[in-house]
Amino acid sequence: MRSPFQLTITLASALILLFIIAPLVGMFVATSPVELFDTAKDAEVQQSIKLTIWVSLAATVIFSLAAIPFAFLLARKKFPLKSIVTGIIDLPIVIPHSAAGIAILGFVSRNSVLGKAGSAIGLDFVGHPAGIAVAMAFVSLPFLINSARDGFAGVPERLEKAALTLGASPSRVFFSVSLPLAWRNIASGLILMFARGMSEFGAVIMVAYHPMISPVLIYERFGAFGLKYARPVSVLFILISLAVFVALRLLSRRQEPKTAGHA
Amino acid sequence: MLSLQHISVSFPGFQLRDISFDVAGGEYFILLGESGAGKSLLLETIAGLNKQQSGTITLSGKDITHEKIQQRCIGLVFQDHAVFPHLSVKENIVYPLKHKHFSAEEKASRIQPVIETLQIGHLIHRRPPTLSGGELQRVALARALVQQPQVLLLDEPLASIDSKLKSDLRALLRQINRMGQTIIHVTHDFDEAVSLADRIAIIDKGSIVQTGTPHEVFSNPVNGFVAHFAGIRNFFKVRIEKQPGHITVFPHEKVPVVLNQETDAEEGFLLIRNEDILISEENFESSALNNFKGIVEDVYPLRYGMEVVVNIGIPLHVQVSRESAEKLRLVAGKPVWTHFKASSARLICG
Repeated sequence: MRSPFQLTITLASALILLFIIAPLVGMFVATSPVELFDTAKDAEVQQSIKLTIWVSLAATVIFSLAAIPFAFLLARKKFPLKSIVTGIIDLPIVIPHSAAGIAILGFVSRNSVLGKAGSAIGLDFVGHPAGIAVAMAFVSLPFLINSARDGFAGVPERLEKAALTLGASPSRVFFSVSLPLAWRNIASGLILMFARGMSEFGAVIMVAYHPMISPVLIYERFGAFGLKYARPVSVLFILISLAVFVALRLLSRRQEPKTAGHA
Repeated sequence: MLSLQHISVSFPGFQLRDISFDVAGGEYFILLGESGAGKSLLLETIAGLNKQQSGTITLSGKDITHEKIQQRCIGLVFQDHAVFPHLSVKENIVYPLKHKHFSAEEKASRIQPVIETLQIGHLIHRRPPTLSGGELQRVALARALVQQPQVLLLDEPLASIDSKLKSDLRALLRQINRMGQTIIHVTHDFDEAVSLADRIAIIDKGSIVQTGTPHEVFSNPVNGFVAHFAGIRNFFKVRIEKQPGHITVFPHEKVPVVLNQETDAEEGFLLIRNEDILISEENFESSALNNFKGIVEDVYPLRYGMEVVVNIGIPLHVQVSRESAEKLRLVAGKPVWTHFKASSARLICG
């Protein structure tokens, strides 16, 4: 016989799960296979999904090159104002994403230093995949940095010290000890950053309405044609996002170092 | 071989102060001290993992005080092994030789003898999380030894190993040392120190308090801390009075102890081994010059016999057999007499 407390917990959990699943299931049920098939053949939809995936992927890979070492620094070093720096990393999570988009627009517009530098080499961030990548990275970087920092913090420092005494340079210690042992968290952070970047709407729409990523296309279909036309695109995008997400999870698990714990 | 001169290291809340000692080539040198004495910190400083505020470290005549860790030619085995869990045993052992321009033959010639000495051939394809504490310790030793370090530093290598494996590993460490490997080994275990060391340094609260062979250190402890380590319980600070032919020392104003020694010092330490003291119910005439009446404060069993604490103004620890304890009905509160010869007590000055 379950106690009233256990029953309450079970009921609360079921309600939360239902709250998440019900709208999605409702949307899937309301979309016929024919509608879904027609949407999948729509060139504009295909284009937007491809663009969303590769731009988010590019943003994740490019920004991770600096974000992962930064996370290592945060995990290992003490420096003045570290708590403020840690707080700054979380800023993109707490500010409205439309406001973040406005901030990025100012940062990459043609009149900004970055915009002018881009223009000099023929790159205009506004209305360009590069601008979309910057907006996606801005809102999704905290997921990677926080996850990787936790991963590095979980690597016993004595393993890094041992590697130094075994003749390894600091960079070799990083690549041969710290990075592999923190890999589980880093992979998780990369996937989260990628997924969060793909789903970004508010910041991206401020920087680049065109070319259209899927969340913007869904918004446009809804505004121009209504719920009936936005729904199949949403369902298709969710299915593809889920497929990519699951594939990446499986891939990262397969490449994970075989450890049962830290010695 | 290795010389530390006036090394001082500061950490928040802890300091290593003016550490100096020399270790000869091929020597087994043990740093003995309690937990928190600064032993591991000192080892890490020698290895180059901590920066010292002052002092110099020389190795084979070369000043390595500011040398990079990777260039020091010093191996360090951590207390909890620090074997890389994501690499196989073989990959762990090869780790120090990677990126070092060794040919395959050179690598094999370094690795194979070490694997044989440490008897870990059957483990080389295993993953560290599947190994026991003793096996991990051997892998950590092998990994340090393939570098062919001039000095091998061992941080409490026997601390996390059960007693059967301990004696095997002790024998192994002796064997490695006999092969010419200079070893500095830190421990808090007196028996371990005595069984392995050519020389011992006692470290207490960040300072070296005494250095010498085990016999020198434990037969002439410089203070109560060292005496305590040696299992000597009767170690008292004393005031000295000189008389013709002998001296009298006072561990307590009402406890004059007569000694057959001469000294010009006015203060020192009195050492009486607990097995050299007799207990009786009544005072009796004997050749012992030191006879004190006291009260039994405590009686507790030892591995062999019983320890009796008699308060004669100072707590005197006396070792007796179980039969004697029963015969004399030694219980707390019983008045007894204690006797020891002047030649059984020793005065240590300076």
